[in-house]
Amino acid sequence: MSTVESRFGPYGGRYVPEVLIAALDELTAAWEEARTDPVYREELGALLRDFVGRPTPLYEAKRLSERTGRRVFLKREDLTHTGAHKINNAVGQALLARRMGKTRIIAETGAGQHGVATATACALFGLECIVYMGTEDMRRQKPNVERMELMGARVEPVEAGARTLKEAVSAAIRDWVTNVGDTHYIIGSAVGPAPYPALVRDLQRVIGEEAREQILAAAGRLPDRVIACVGGGSNAIGTFAPFVDDGGVELIGVEAAGEGLDGRHGAPLSAGRTGVLHGSLSAVIADEEGQILEAHSISAGLDYPGVGPEHTMLRDSGRARYVAITDEEALRALRVLARLEGIVPALESSHAIAWVLSESAGEGIDLITLSGRGDKDLAEALAGLKRLDDGDGDGEDG
Amino acid sequence: MATAKMAEAANGIGRIAAAFDAARDEGRAALMPYMMGGFPDLETSAALIDAYADTGADLIELGVPYSDPLADGPVIHAAATEALAAGTRFGDVMTLCERVSARVPVLPMVYVNVVLTLGPDRFAATLERAGAAGAIIPDLPPGEDDSIAEALIERGLAPIGFVAPTTAPERLRAIAAAATGFTYVVSLTGVTGERAEVPPELAALVGAVRESSPAPAAVGFGIGTPEHAATVGEMADGVIIGTRLVRAVADAGGREEAVDAVRSFLADTRVALAAGVSAPER
Ligand SMILES: Cc1ncc(COP(=O)(O)O)c(C=O)c1O
Repeated sequence: MSTVESRFGPYGGRYVPEVLIAALDELTAAWEEARTDPVYREELGALLRDFVGRPTPLYEAKRLSERTGRRVFLKREDLTHTGAHKINNAVGQALLARRMGKTRIIAETGAGQHGVATATACALFGLECIVYMGTEDMRRQKPNVERMELMGARVEPVEAGARTLKEAVSAAIRDWVTNVGDTHYIIGSAVGPAPYPALVRDLQRVIGEEAREQILAAAGRLPDRVIACVGGGSNAIGTFAPFVDDGGVELIGVEAAGEGLDGRHGAPLSAGRTGVLHGSLSAVIADEEGQILEAHSISAGLDYPGVGPEHTMLRDSGRARYVAITDEEALRALRVLARLEGIVPALESSHAIAWVLSESAGEGIDLITLSGRGDKDLAEALAGLKRLDDGDGDGEDG
Repeated sequence: MATAKMAEAANGIGRIAAAFDAARDEGRAALMPYMMGGFPDLETSAALIDAYADTGADLIELGVPYSDPLADGPVIHAAATEALAAGTRFGDVMTLCERVSARVPVLPMVYVNVVLTLGPDRFAATLERAGAAGAIIPDLPPGEDDSIAEALIERGLAPIGFVAPTTAPERLRAIAAAATGFTYVVSLTGVTGERAEVPPELAALVGAVRESSPAPAAVGFGIGTPEHAATVGEMADGVIIGTRLVRAVADAGGREEAVDAVRSFLADTRVALAAGVSAPER
């Protein structure tokens, strides 16, 4: 048995066509070996330091703290090279792919951050790179499409379904089914068939490890609450993992409530059911016959009807709590952070900020992972804010 | 076709075996056409499944439309999307199954999330009630969740295991040895869809499966012409044809045209299979 988990409680597994089983076995074995190999670790550590820009700062957001009445620290993944935590995983997997002798890389992307991160890692290692992206997301995240192409990646438009992240993942998996011999699929979140949820968590764990040390140094103690947004769940699981054994630390994952949990949303943990999507058993948004439904979120990175299996286990065990924030709340939080701290967060990360703004009773220390920067979202966010302001008749957020 | 076989034929697994035996007795591979239930609409697919049964299908693979069919190429994916948009539900596909299941063994092809949503037991019971002979679950690789296979076998239904060109030799032997009904040999590394030729490595793959298995080996994915079918029929016990038939329906101008198109393709394929040599005795 491999030490790389394939199930998290009942969740996870490998619900994929038989064609992929050999490749998943190969990947599991390669990761098992690489993750404890000093050569791989040293090479990855050097890249994370010199290329990605780690460790990222832990920043005490004083004006936000004043607003909430709690001490709020931001883990600044927005300051990594390419501007989101996705680069941690992309560089680690590209290095692994090279070690496995794979020459062709495929990826899916929603917000475009994972696509950009993968294109970046492929440029760095001279690997061929194809990124699947729904055409709706290509529209919402145009600057990221241009960045990928500039770095030599090919962006494959996906027209199926709602033309967003779910269909992009499906298209990438179909490509992998066909080209599995020379191709490695760099999945962008802690989802997919085993070993991906464990592999991506291991590579994102650096967020939580750094943050834990940094908060101990800055505050002299562990935080009361650790908060991260949850799309597929990679920045959240990477943040949570090193805190799971710290019983006094509350772990809070913030999903996308979209237009509201009784309407279209992206919150399978809060309002979904158990099912299989993209190869693993977890929480999904599906109808009573098991048909997967379209998700909705203003943030492309949270616009996904599934979530990583380890989160579903943490929800069931009660170790982590999952909440949801609407499009409107996220938009307003984006502007609050911009005005209070001079930081424009990604719309995804804005969900985590919004939750802290709305749940700030009592004293204590909050650690929020700011998963990415908002440059990619400017057009979408400004248009959304304008709609809200026109509706409100004023431009201020409480 | 002795009486022993008739007795066996009481359950789904036995009826699958009898269908392969009957074809073999005629010196040819069994023909197993695929159709997408509810595509383009329920009435047309009812006419189509009747035509399949009338035109010499030895077994029928009946697709349950699914929102995220990972093992399928664009033609079948689009058909599933259209069937769902037309309002097709799981129960409707079971009604289609029931139409012909007394005449021909029917195997629903259904993605695992639909199975798990019903629960393995209710799923197996529903199939049994509709007279299905087994189930083909393309995203449930052998060994991933034994409770589904167990629920089917308990009711005499065959859970169909897959083998692909990438399946490791030891795993291949284990899957083939444990096969109920038949082993589904995926002819190529890829998703469903027609291909220009039969892959040269296919004969060795099918041979390895037949060597390790008490059950027949049927080949699917990529077979697009009667000639391909005949070539595959020389190596395998059964030939599965999917995309080519779904495309015929998609391209047809109306219900009658669709029925005519699948009838003529199936008739040609039956002739080609009968004219070819059958797979060697083991
Ligand atoms: C900045 C940012 N945060 C969060 C996410 C959501 O992904 P995950 O839940 O895997 O961290 C994305 C995904 O694209 C993203 O770009």
